[in-house]
Amino acid sequence: MNKIVLGEPLNRVDGRLKVTGGAKYSGEYKQPGLTYGVLVPATITSGTVTAMDTRAAERAPGVVAVITVFNAPAVPGFQKDAVKPVRGLKLFNDNKVYFNGQPIALVIAETFERATYAAKLVTATYAETPFETSFEKNFDKGVVPNNGQYKDYVRGLADAYKNAPVIVEEDYKLPSEMHNPMELHVTIAAWVGDDEVHVYTKSQGVMGSQRSVANAFGLATEKVHIHSRFVGGAFGSSLRTWPHEIAAVQAAKLVKRPVKLTLTREQMFTSVGYRPLTIQKIGLGATLDGKLVGITHESHSQTAVYEEFTENAVAVSRFLYASANANTRYRVVPLNVGVPCPMRGPGEATGAFALESALDELSYKLGMDPIALRLANYAETDPERNLPWSSKYVKECYALGASRIGWDQRLAHPGSLRDGEWLVGYGMGCGAFGAHRSATTVRIRLSADGRVVLWSATSDIGPGTGTAMTVIAANILGLPADKISFELGDSGFPTAPTQGGSQTVSSVGSAVHDVCVALRGRLYELSGLPVDSTTDIDYVRVLKEHGLPELELSGESKPDAEAQKYSSYSFSAHFAKVAVHPLTGQVRVRQLIAVVDAGKVISHKTASSQMIGGAVGGIGMVLTEEAVIDDRFGKYINGNLADYHVPVNADIPDIEAIFIDKPDPYINPIGTKGVGEISLIGVAAAVANAVYNACGKRIRELPITPDKLI
Amino acid sequence: MNPFTYVRATETSGAIRALGRDSHFLAGGTNLIDLMKMGIVTPEKLVDITHLPLKHISRTPTGLSIGALCTNSEVADHPLVLKHYPLLSMAFNAGASPQLRNMATVGGNMMQRTRCPYFFDTALPCNKRVPGSGCGALQGYNRMHAIFGASDQCIAVNPSDMSIALTALEATVHIQGARGGRILPFADFHRLPGDTPEKDNVLEPGELITSLTLPLPAFPDHVHYLKIRDRTSYAFALVSVAAALQLDGGNVRAVRLVMGGVAHKPWRLEAAEDFLRGKPATVENFRQAAYLAMQGAKAYAYNQFKLTLAPNAIVQALKTASGVTA
Repeated sequence: MNKIVLGEPLNRVDGRLKVTGGAKYSGEYKQPGLTYGVLVPATITSGTVTAMDTRAAERAPGVVAVITVFNAPAVPGFQKDAVKPVRGLKLFNDNKVYFNGQPIALVIAETFERATYAAKLVTATYAETPFETSFEKNFDKGVVPNNGQYKDYVRGLADAYKNAPVIVEEDYKLPSEMHNPMELHVTIAAWVGDDEVHVYTKSQGVMGSQRSVANAFGLATEKVHIHSRFVGGAFGSSLRTWPHEIAAVQAAKLVKRPVKLTLTREQMFTSVGYRPLTIQKIGLGATLDGKLVGITHESHSQTAVYEEFTENAVAVSRFLYASANANTRYRVVPLNVGVPCPMRGPGEATGAFALESALDELSYKLGMDPIALRLANYAETDPERNLPWSSKYVKECYALGASRIGWDQRLAHPGSLRDGEWLVGYGMGCGAFGAHRSATTVRIRLSADGRVVLWSATSDIGPGTGTAMTVIAANILGLPADKISFELGDSGFPTAPTQGGSQTVSSVGSAVHDVCVALRGRLYELSGLPVDSTTDIDYVRVLKEHGLPELELSGESKPDAEAQKYSSYSFSAHFAKVAVHPLTGQVRVRQLIAVVDAGKVISHKTASSQMIGGAVGGIGMVLTEEAVIDDRFGKYINGNLADYHVPVNADIPDIEAIFIDKPDPYINPIGTKGVGEISLIGVAAAVANAVYNACGKRIRELPITPDKLI
Repeated sequence: MNPFTYVRATETSGAIRALGRDSHFLAGGTNLIDLMKMGIVTPEKLVDITHLPLKHISRTPTGLSIGALCTNSEVADHPLVLKHYPLLSMAFNAGASPQLRNMATVGGNMMQRTRCPYFFDTALPCNKRVPGSGCGALQGYNRMHAIFGASDQCIAVNPSDMSIALTALEATVHIQGARGGRILPFADFHRLPGDTPEKDNVLEPGELITSLTLPLPAFPDHVHYLKIRDRTSYAFALVSVAAALQLDGGNVRAVRLVMGGVAHKPWRLEAAEDFLRGKPATVENFRQAAYLAMQGAKAYAYNQFKLTLAPNAIVQALKTASGVTA
């Protein structure tokens, strides 16, 4: 293989392992004496467990133990005097039930099937108390979040839109949306003695998991080993350590054998978070020539009675467009439901659907092209933080996207464009997400055979972390990619941030860059050359000449102060072409174009794949996905992949990602801003706006299913 | 899943003999195994019938015979079916996923249970699963539910696409029991819920579906199976329509119309058929037929849209089947 340059398409370095079954996921680590844990869910939605009968389960063949709310061994981190108390639900710690499906027991058996059967034999009696799961009914009980991060925001005048010549004031509703990664959440816990544990688990951040387990069980951090080398999708659902993961570790300690705990698909709906049901009100006011006079954005979203979850749905309205007046309000509605958690494009994806839909509505009221409206309100600097952008090429995004999708074919009057029986429409929507960078350490070793290995405790939940890191290392070291390997997903590796918030390439990639530059410099030094030389040298010969079996370095890389002088965001503009059947209400997305300003593109092929994956998630959000609770029972009634509709291949058109590919000069040494979230943010609005353009029906309550269009 | 015993039958009479109380025949298992995992059915014994010689697809003097153990994909892809009964292929291919169609059998497809969420959750009331426990759907989330032929006991729908086409094609069901065989029209196989929603069909305990026959004349042209659903594949029908026409110039000589996703059994639209027969194939007549088809429809809180979607789907299916657009 030849040298590769930054941005060049490289096949996934672990692609062959993944498609041949060679990639080992958390549930696949064989352990001697492994037992299997199956959770028993509460069948009430609020109250207490008054008694449990576990005798039949304990007598069932192969059962090792039954842990319940009445006999569970104490978890140190659950105690009131814990130094670092466990956050959120403390499973089996008491007999309170906060939501339907909350685990009240854990059956451990010799096989998964035995445990599953015995779990069905456990019965409970309850004292039920009234519960609330209806968001609409409890909308007025929305409160300002307790965490203090979501105070009402006012720039200029509040609700200034009301006095503008042209006004849009609408409500937009998104249902709860489940991450539903292909791989179920699974944890294997194996203790070594009383003070050390290995945990194989689905994790987006092995260091975070390590801290959580150490805190829960009062262990020294270095005695907790988290292994999560391959993750079969997560989308935010593995950003934190969940109660069932702690339960697996607790159970393994009790039975003194390794325990594997796998959630069922139905349990995935109540155990590992979701994008919360949200109702947003947008008020937009504009002058007759389309200048925004005021933006008001209010959001109510659901949270759990036992733990508050918040997300920044209203933030996009503060910085995406220039408006002297802007104000936002955010309220959470606590319900008897499992706690939500971040899901791809957390907050922004929700907020952008509302804001970008409302802007589209405004464009029709003004008789103005939606792109022209956005250009008329282009924010040349960040209006919220009053800082220059570190980089922003959104005008270029608009132009490229419009050209690629054939925006000039769009007819302003809805319902005008036909293809046979189908009505055809075009729409666009924009996305933005903060470009972040966190301190990261990477270790590198050059061996006598010329191979390079890098280590960092980052993750790969699907974007191709190892591939991007290989590209960076290969580029700096001037080595072919097959001489380099990148190891991740283990808490024993050098410190890295959790894979979330689109910051992995920016953080870990910068550290890989820096440590490779350091290694190369050291090799130049050994060769008697200046550290910044560009001469080609033979690394193997340098090691040999100096009698070195290998050369190993480690280095931390972190954001510098200069970057704080700028506001850094990744931006995207999504363009959709859809067809709507006027009789049957069927929607077919015919084309999606995502144009991305994410700084320098490190690995073109995996970045494109990430953009496509996010767009698929956006199609799910806008057309198919909705988790439904029957409020009489407080229970999800579509907790499976047959009734909860993740989009299928047939729903997905050609999706193309176009990258501006201009480095951000300030954020980090490699100029990259991240694409994980902006791949999804704005897609739902682009499709919904195209549906309106096609058929004249404005759907403000997702998903846009056929019944809403007939 | 409950502990159960498993026996494999090698001939039909043996399979029937092996079936005892609380036993189920096991064919493709694509529905039964799910139901067992969910604790919805808890058989003590499974009689595996997959080795029985019921896998033929062959011509008969009066049409086509299909063994009950043919998989959905074998039938859908068979040249004789594609040539003479394309409506059946279209219906098969609208159902489930390729993986499921490769496993699921014709007989099993006829036996599949409703996908009503209240039936599928043992923590919720369902008269079909536990007679007398109440109907969770009646006052609940009934978006997918019936608009025809429901009762206060049950408003569930039959999920099969295949059955809609087989009703339209006036297939015949061949059944074998301990005391001999019987034959009945496909349309009489499934039943309405009435006061006994636990019974999906008229099969008696110990009886086994052995084959189907499809009669001639076939409907080789002018057919369409239209399935409206929440995603483009692998979803159950909001409504579906099987439309089969024989056209004589611009006139309708023969017509079959059956709807899915609207009742506890395939819902034949006889009033619409009667209206269309002998009339010019025009969109105006299609609309009138759809109007007649909807008489007596009753919707619930979440499926009101079906009162509009269903007639629209009938018109659209007839338009596509006939090629008439005006």
